[in-house]
Amino acid sequence: MPSNVSAPATGERRHRRSLAGHIERVLPRLVVAPSLAVALFFVYGYMLWTFLLSLTNSRMLPQYDFVGFAQYARLFANERWHVAATNLVVFGGLFIVSCLVIGLLLAIFLDQRIRQEGALRTVYLYPMALSLIVTGVVWRWLLNPGLGIQAMVRGWGFEDFTFNWLVDSDMAIYTLVIAAVWQASGFVMALFLAGLRSIDDSLFQAAALDGASLPRIYMRIVLPSLRPVVFSAVMILAHIAIKSFDLVMALTGGGPGYATDLPATFMYAHTFTRGQIGLGSASAIMMLCGVLAILVPYLYSELRGQRNG
Amino acid sequence: MSALEIRNVDKTFGIEKVLKDISLAIDSGEFLILVGPSGCGKSTLMNAIAGLEPVTAGEILIGGDDVTWRTPAERDIAMVFQSYALYPSMTVRQNISFGLEMRKMPKAQREEAVSRVAELLQITPLLDRKPSQLSGGQRQRVAMGRALAREPQIYLFDEPLSNLDAKLRVEMRTEIKKLHQRLGTTIVYVTHDQIEAMTLADRIAVMRDGEILQLGTPDEVYNDPVDMFVAGFMGSPSMNFIPVTLVKRDAEYILRVLDEQDVSGTPLELPWPAAREVPALHEHVGERLVLGLRPEHFVEDEARMETVYDGTEIEVIATVVEPTGADTLLQARLAGHEVTVRLAPKTHVVAEDRVALRADLSRAVLFDGKTQRRLA
Repeated sequence: MPSNVSAPATGERRHRRSLAGHIERVLPRLVVAPSLAVALFFVYGYMLWTFLLSLTNSRMLPQYDFVGFAQYARLFANERWHVAATNLVVFGGLFIVSCLVIGLLLAIFLDQRIRQEGALRTVYLYPMALSLIVTGVVWRWLLNPGLGIQAMVRGWGFEDFTFNWLVDSDMAIYTLVIAAVWQASGFVMALFLAGLRSIDDSLFQAAALDGASLPRIYMRIVLPSLRPVVFSAVMILAHIAIKSFDLVMALTGGGPGYATDLPATFMYAHTFTRGQIGLGSASAIMMLCGVLAILVPYLYSELRGQRNG
Repeated sequence: MSALEIRNVDKTFGIEKVLKDISLAIDSGEFLILVGPSGCGKSTLMNAIAGLEPVTAGEILIGGDDVTWRTPAERDIAMVFQSYALYPSMTVRQNISFGLEMRKMPKAQREEAVSRVAELLQITPLLDRKPSQLSGGQRQRVAMGRALAREPQIYLFDEPLSNLDAKLRVEMRTEIKKLHQRLGTTIVYVTHDQIEAMTLADRIAVMRDGEILQLGTPDEVYNDPVDMFVAGFMGSPSMNFIPVTLVKRDAEYILRVLDEQDVSGTPLELPWPAAREVPALHEHVGERLVLGLRPEHFVEDEARMETVYDGTEIEVIATVVEPTGADTLLQARLAGHEVTVRLAPKTHVVAEDRVALRADLSRAVLFDGKTQRRLA
């Protein structure tokens, strides 16, 4: 009977198909699983471990005598932490504002249909391609009073010229701002340029007919419509500022003294070189809180925007 | 004194001449429409009037003042853009009053102007909304309100209706015409839509390749086109062009319809009405000419009225019958040439029918086949 002959064959085929289907379903998960496990362990696991350590009395090596929030109390009584936190506010504020202003101006100038716009855009974007370590080293040489700008201008004959911010403990923090702005403003420019390109030309014509001057057009019409771009730029710059570590290490090493300490360098110094793992962990958790305070509203608004769009 | 006068304006982009020696003048309160296919220079001419595009040569006068080298803001004009160009971050109210604010009008007067315009255009409930919260038609009104608030000497409309759907376009067209009649404003209006041009304009300038081919009232442009381009561009469905040979028999001029497909048969002959004879026809006897007949110049034989020129009957073979409701369009073959005929709505013609028609040659036009210029 034909039906009898074919029955086992279809059964086998069905079995094979279900095996293939099973592999098809499981394979993506299998492939993703290792990286997910690694991410879970190294990111969230260590986050948790750091938090636990911040509650202990650990010094050179981790140990588990829980002392509650005593390390946080020590942290906020620590003068160096206050310097680091103040520096972050000064550095972050100046860095974000300068990047926005310079990036916006560059974008507006580049948007005036100039020649060689593509080449210039690349020139301004290149600093972003460098690692912050390289930026730090280059600016350390440039700002070194005996080697860089001061030495050059004095060499021209201006013997009284002084530009020694790098070794001046009151001004050293501003050298960080200079280097960081140099690195990031091209990127902000690219963001703004994309925003400017999306603005209809006839808006400019309509405003010109309405009698608005070009600066007025930018202030009253263009900038308000770039608000989402400003928002994203601030978010990106803010987290660059909070994470800043390599730039400080390469440019000033946190010095003179601890005048240019940022929370990241504070954490590194205490955790790994000064045998204060508990205190260092507490500062790391405070940084995490800072990042979350910025990131959570950002993600919230982004996701809400997606739902609306 | 003309509200707007354009004298010998040229405009070149690189080596390309986009405006060639344009001259025209319109009176105060006139509605001028620049119409033509895309790339004919109509938008460039409008931008030159607005001052957004400097001219290469010539002068532009507004209200008697030479404004050729003035900035757009100094010209006392307002413009409605195809994309509306509303300021996205401002409310409707701010959009309308922005131009007044830039001209340093005091706040009380500004508010007065906004409410006057809002009432006129029925957008008062929308005043505190942002442009993104408005529909296309509402944006269109706001864009017009922004222009109206300033009360300039001349309004420029750059294809203002082309982003609207068909129904709204007809509504806004009527609305613009009403506004013009009520306010007596001087308007220059660019469009590629010949129906807009016919319905709105006091005068139409038909442009092609940077030149004004004809400047005249809608009636003149429609019924007395200067050449085959204007005749074909204005009117929908467009004019039928039938190649003919001009023959003189006794004292009468006869148009012999050329029939490429059927050379052996007796050619169709149409006598040219004596009332329409012009001396120039004499020079063209024996030449190939083009007879221009609009679809409505045909009449179904049985419905013939006394006023229709009593010429030779013609017979066409229907190919496609297109009832539009208001009337029926008939695509037909006349001695081998495709023609469009506008018939009364309830015709019983079906495809492949032979239909007896009469052509109203007293309203037909005759072109030179080579130069495409009008002969009679």
